[in-house]
Amino acid sequence: MQMPTPNPQILAKKARIVERLRAVLPRDSVIEDEAETRAYECDALTAYKCPPLAAVLPSSTKEVSDVLRICWEEGVPVVPRGSGTSLAGGALPTADCVILGVARMNDVLETDYDNRVIRVQTGRTNLSVTGAVEEEDFFYAPDPSSQLACAIAGNIAMNSGGAHCLKYGVTTNNLLGVTMVQMDGTVVEIGGAHLDSGGLDLLGLICGSEGQLGVVTEATLRILRKPEGARPVLMGFDDNEVAGACVADIIKAGVLPVAIEFMDRPCIEATEAFAKAGYPMCEALLIVEVEGSDAEIDEQLALILEIARRHNPVELREAKDADEAGRIWLGRKSAFGAMGQINDYMCLDGTIPVSELPYVLKRIGEMSKEYGLGVGNVFHAGDGNMHPLILFDANKPGDLELCEAFGADILRLCVEVGGCLTGEHGVGIEKRDLMIDQFAPEDLEIQMATKDVFDPQWLLNPAKVFPLESSQSRRATAMAAE
Amino acid sequence: MKPVTENDLSEIVKGASQPFHIRGGGTRNIGKPVNGAVLNTEGLSGITLYEPGALTLVAKAGTSLAEIEQALDAENQRLPFEPMDHRGLLGTSGTPTIGGVVAGNVSGPRRIQAGACRDFMLGVRFVDGTGRIIKNGGRVMKNVTGYDLVKLMTGSWGSLGVLTEVSMKVLPKPETAACVLINGLSDAEAVSVMSKALGSPYEVTGAAHTSSGVDGDPVTMLRIEGFEQSVAYRADQLQALFSEHDVTIESDPAKVAAGWEWVRDVQPMHGTSGDVWRFSVKPSDAPALVEALKAEHPVNRTLYDWGGGLIWVETDPGTNLRPDDLAGHATLIRAEEKTREALPVFQPESAGLSALTTGIRARFDPKALFNPGLMSA
Repeated sequence: MQMPTPNPQILAKKARIVERLRAVLPRDSVIEDEAETRAYECDALTAYKCPPLAAVLPSSTKEVSDVLRICWEEGVPVVPRGSGTSLAGGALPTADCVILGVARMNDVLETDYDNRVIRVQTGRTNLSVTGAVEEEDFFYAPDPSSQLACAIAGNIAMNSGGAHCLKYGVTTNNLLGVTMVQMDGTVVEIGGAHLDSGGLDLLGLICGSEGQLGVVTEATLRILRKPEGARPVLMGFDDNEVAGACVADIIKAGVLPVAIEFMDRPCIEATEAFAKAGYPMCEALLIVEVEGSDAEIDEQLALILEIARRHNPVELREAKDADEAGRIWLGRKSAFGAMGQINDYMCLDGTIPVSELPYVLKRIGEMSKEYGLGVGNVFHAGDGNMHPLILFDANKPGDLELCEAFGADILRLCVEVGGCLTGEHGVGIEKRDLMIDQFAPEDLEIQMATKDVFDPQWLLNPAKVFPLESSQSRRATAMAAE
Repeated sequence: MKPVTENDLSEIVKGASQPFHIRGGGTRNIGKPVNGAVLNTEGLSGITLYEPGALTLVAKAGTSLAEIEQALDAENQRLPFEPMDHRGLLGTSGTPTIGGVVAGNVSGPRRIQAGACRDFMLGVRFVDGTGRIIKNGGRVMKNVTGYDLVKLMTGSWGSLGVLTEVSMKVLPKPETAACVLINGLSDAEAVSVMSKALGSPYEVTGAAHTSSGVDGDPVTMLRIEGFEQSVAYRADQLQALFSEHDVTIESDPAKVAAGWEWVRDVQPMHGTSGDVWRFSVKPSDAPALVEALKAEHPVNRTLYDWGGGLIWVETDPGTNLRPDDLAGHATLIRAEEKTREALPVFQPESAGLSALTTGIRARFDPKALFNPGLMSA
């Protein structure tokens, strides 16, 4: 993956930039020592690494504003960073950038159960938002797999989803307001505790803009009352197509499960070897979870099981208690770890129309043979969000490149059948160069023109989302202005 | 002008130098009056794709809402955000189109639980102010590929581009619905009751209140939807939760539907002569806001929806109800042209937001061809 050449003029004035940053931040909030900046050299896409010029850890909106104004005046690119859990390289630095980490901004500012909202600083982790309201039996719905570590800032940047978004939606559906600092240091308030502000939906635009339009420092989030209970069932099928039809029938029947998870045979085999959850060996395994009171759960599960039986399952397993529910989820929750035991892996998240599932899985199987690389599929089946895990050996020369080529082919396939490159991880650098496979030049042009409005000099996270070639002239103009 | 293809529309826009008034069915004459040639989208019509098993519907922007609802009905599905029909309130005729619903981000009582129109939008195609045909989003339910211009286009009232096709997520219709009715509450008590209901685990999908219901007395309405046993269970739980009040349960689905249509379409203000304002606020602020409005202005009728977060207020024609320090937003929905000329229709934005909005408009519609001024303060 190519990154732009660092600007030598910026590298040359590092001392001055650090001095200016130190003038507005406490001493320990500016990191410039080469050994220490290395902590910020990558995010969870560890194949790519580059230590930044410096890293700053502001603790207030005011400090973020001061940092951005200085970087704007000096023409220094800024890469915002939440907890660094991006799988797409969204927080990958360049050598001439300042990393702006929001990790120290993790306070709960206001909890309001009457209006069902919480206001937090965005460095707060996803799971600790729920932690802050749990005592009153409330929760924050979006639940990305990295929720123990990932920050709300990154969730907003990538519009993160999770296993339960079939019912509760993704970040953008649960975000009501933000305080955002623009590249020139201007602070704007968008939305609030009320719904659907009347002007243009800038909140909807900010969410998922990958830290390219502004740095969000505070957020008002919707919190929900926890359901009375939840229980999963597990079903095994001998055919992917049948499992897909079963999912469609469940959805059509009017049940709205909170999650429908799908695993294919390679993934089942890997998890069984690793976690020994007692899964049946079959072509496709579904875990369907529903919520409500005990009686409501019974009613929904009875309907789901009736539908499943029509599709000749090889296995149907209903959780009778929390222990059995835990066992059903055990394998699914250790799927990534299990694949990681076998080898290094790359995780993609292209989304497809649910009806294309059997064809796409068949094609992925064929491509796996062509490339000679193993692949397992875990899948949010209700919404078509795939998670192919491609296995490769990072120590074997050429294997990473082969894996990336395979991954790119899978994502092109997703686009070809009417889907998209990324359902919840974001574009970052990982899928940047594939954007031309999904979008025509004018589709990308208007997105880039939108960035021009917020960040005319293209200093915020500039080498992400858009193919370098497409954004070349804009980034060059910015550099010339400097 | 009434293009029948996206390419026709693109050619018309490319050759244009004078502004257009973009129109679907013409049932929602909201916003500042626009001077411009009518550009009618009803020629761009038809359902392009409907996959009930994938909960996905794609339709051209000029498709009538009736056609879409009929298709969904046949599969026992619906638009979950329950778009309001503005005809009764605004005294308009014509046929609402799906493009109009999306352009106005038109949502109904279920917004508090299911989400707004914007939350169900998966993709758009539109023609921008230079005639370019642009797509954003797609037809799949999870998509973070590139910037979310789908949300930006939703609720932009035709002022950034002309929608040609929209794709959205739909949901199954529930088996049944019931309404828990609480009688005789003051506005403040009602908002508190609605907050408690919405903060319960019983999945309330509608929470509305009026100080003057069909029979003239205060009534607070809580809607529950789902499978029959589950609805009965949750209605009982809510009744028990509010046992200190006068509570009844309406479980005739037809009566429940009629009651929520009454709320959704703001029927108490149909055919009346005053101006109608719509306030979106933090629910707990609502009763005090209404008190303050009453202290300073003539207030003829009020209706609370969204648990108090949405308030409809009817006042005398020409009255500026919007307080200077409003935490939330107020929109003047119904008023004569001269009032809409004189008063800001949409909530005025801060200088920072206004600069961003102006910048976006300049990029999407550099010649200011589309509904110029409609959303201006």
